[in-house]
Amino acid sequence: MLASLSRRAILGIYAVIIIVPLTVVGFGSFKSTQELFAGPFSLPQSLSPANYAEVIGGQDLGSSFTNSVIVTAISVPLTLFLASLAGYAISRLKGFMAWAIFGFLVLGMAIPAQANMVPLYVLFGRLGLLDSLAGLVLANVVSTLPIAVFILGGFMRTLPKELYEASSIDGTGPWRTYVSIALPLSAPSVAAAAIFLFVIHWNELLYPLLFIQSPGNRTLPLALLSFQGEFQTNYPLLFAGVILASLPVVVAYVFLQRYFVAGITAGASKG
Amino acid sequence: MSTHTKMAAERKGADGRTETDAAKGRRRSPTRVNPALYLFPLPAVAIIAFFLVMPTLQAFQYAITDWNGFSAAFNYVGLDNFVRAFTKDSLFTNALTNNLKFVLMVVIAQTAFSLVLALLLTKNSRGSILLRALFFFPTILSSVSVAFIWKFIYDPNFGLANAVLGGVGLEALQGSYLGNNAQALYWVAVTQVWFHAGQMMVVYIAGLQAIPRELYEAAEMDGAGKWQQFKSITWPFVAPATSIVVAYTTVQSFKAFDLILGIAGNPPKQSLDILSTRIYSTFANSEFGYAAAQSIIFMAMIALVTWLQRRLLRLTPKGE
Repeated sequence: MLASLSRRAILGIYAVIIIVPLTVVGFGSFKSTQELFAGPFSLPQSLSPANYAEVIGGQDLGSSFTNSVIVTAISVPLTLFLASLAGYAISRLKGFMAWAIFGFLVLGMAIPAQANMVPLYVLFGRLGLLDSLAGLVLANVVSTLPIAVFILGGFMRTLPKELYEASSIDGTGPWRTYVSIALPLSAPSVAAAAIFLFVIHWNELLYPLLFIQSPGNRTLPLALLSFQGEFQTNYPLLFAGVILASLPVVVAYVFLQRYFVAGITAGASKG
Repeated sequence: MSTHTKMAAERKGADGRTETDAAKGRRRSPTRVNPALYLFPLPAVAIIAFFLVMPTLQAFQYAITDWNGFSAAFNYVGLDNFVRAFTKDSLFTNALTNNLKFVLMVVIAQTAFSLVLALLLTKNSRGSILLRALFFFPTILSSVSVAFIWKFIYDPNFGLANAVLGGVGLEALQGSYLGNNAQALYWVAVTQVWFHAGQMMVVYIAGLQAIPRELYEAAEMDGAGKWQQFKSITWPFVAPATSIVVAYTTVQSFKAFDLILGIAGNPPKQSLDILSTRIYSTFANSEFGYAAAQSIIFMAMIALVTWLQRRLLRLTPKGE
């Protein structure tokens, strides 16, 4: 009895600690500052989208949303493509070469982004990649490629070799086998990796902070961060920004919740 | 760990087979490797070599210079940057101490709390599944968003925490949270746990669900109590999950960069400065050589702590 009571208490309290702040943020994004401070828990007096309008129109958050969409929409598939190509080759090659390629690619997981940000900045400067969305895409790909190879390569190794042998007897080349056998069969791990990458790339802050100078090239997290500097305690505006920045991920989470858990924990348990 | 052993085993197997294949006449083997396959990993290898491995090696070179990042001229200063970091730069040693404290707090709190949540939510009932989804939810938000939400919770004048305490008549417990230098780091640790405990909970649930039910039934028949069951069945079985959770949480909390910048501003005040934010400030101050040296210390620190954990915890199940 007592055990079940304390179980309910712990779970209930923690649920409240998660739900209440999120609700306050949701309500608050429709309030004025005075209204928020007068009663953070009360329902907003009106559902006027004034804060959202100010966030999108007044600042450069509107263009940063587009920038984030562009960067994520290119970074995720590109990382998946490169990682699955490598993972496929590793699963078909034998012996030392497979081991060496896998080891080389996966070793990168041990290097934290802060460790090489100075030389990367210098390199990007020489290549003219600073202050460009292309630079952000490249940085995203580089930083997540190792773990993507780990997840996809690990899965592809478990595919039965007989399938490859059968297709090679039929005279199918490696590219065709990759497209029509390896990739479709790896769909579950590709989906898991895709969601993992989506969350990381969409929320990425360090690289934009390092590489982006002009406001027009900011991505959402960076725009939000500089936004906070300008509107120190205008919480309703910050809240509207938080909701706009989270919306795509949250909507996807509601529909694909199971895959999110699979993807992000695949990242966690294999990182 | 296990993958490496697996790979090593497969390598031996493959080598062995190659010999027999050769004996049988390798050319006829249908499984011979098509040379075109070597082209497939090439783009990934090239990108990693050029944009990850090479810059990392270069960091070691920059670390022994006084380069400011812009001028063509720079001097090799040997280990001066490292000496400076540990003996002359109180901002750096402060960030290092903060970082170690922060990692320690988050690892202990998050590991324990995510295990408790997992234990309470192992059963696949409808309620459990719903709560799991809710507890996992903060993980998908951006660090900047989480930072703003908690900045509001902690706001000394208008914040949620003080409003709640005031509402239930506990004004005495109201605080200034992040404004209090002695406590600020603890409150950010709380935020970090709120952010990621759900993710680690899921790792634990996967571990817990792999335990055969029969073990508990047998233990119950032997008259073992709940604590006894936890100690001799649950804990040994979740040891591998624990080492994953501890290792991942360590790296995650070393890299709490985004959260700190969001919650404390850029640059953060000294009581919230950690290694990654300090490196960034040094870099932003155009001390490229010194920032590179600091980032090498940072990398070594993560490696050292991870290695220590493996040595001290030895959280692999018996017989493996």
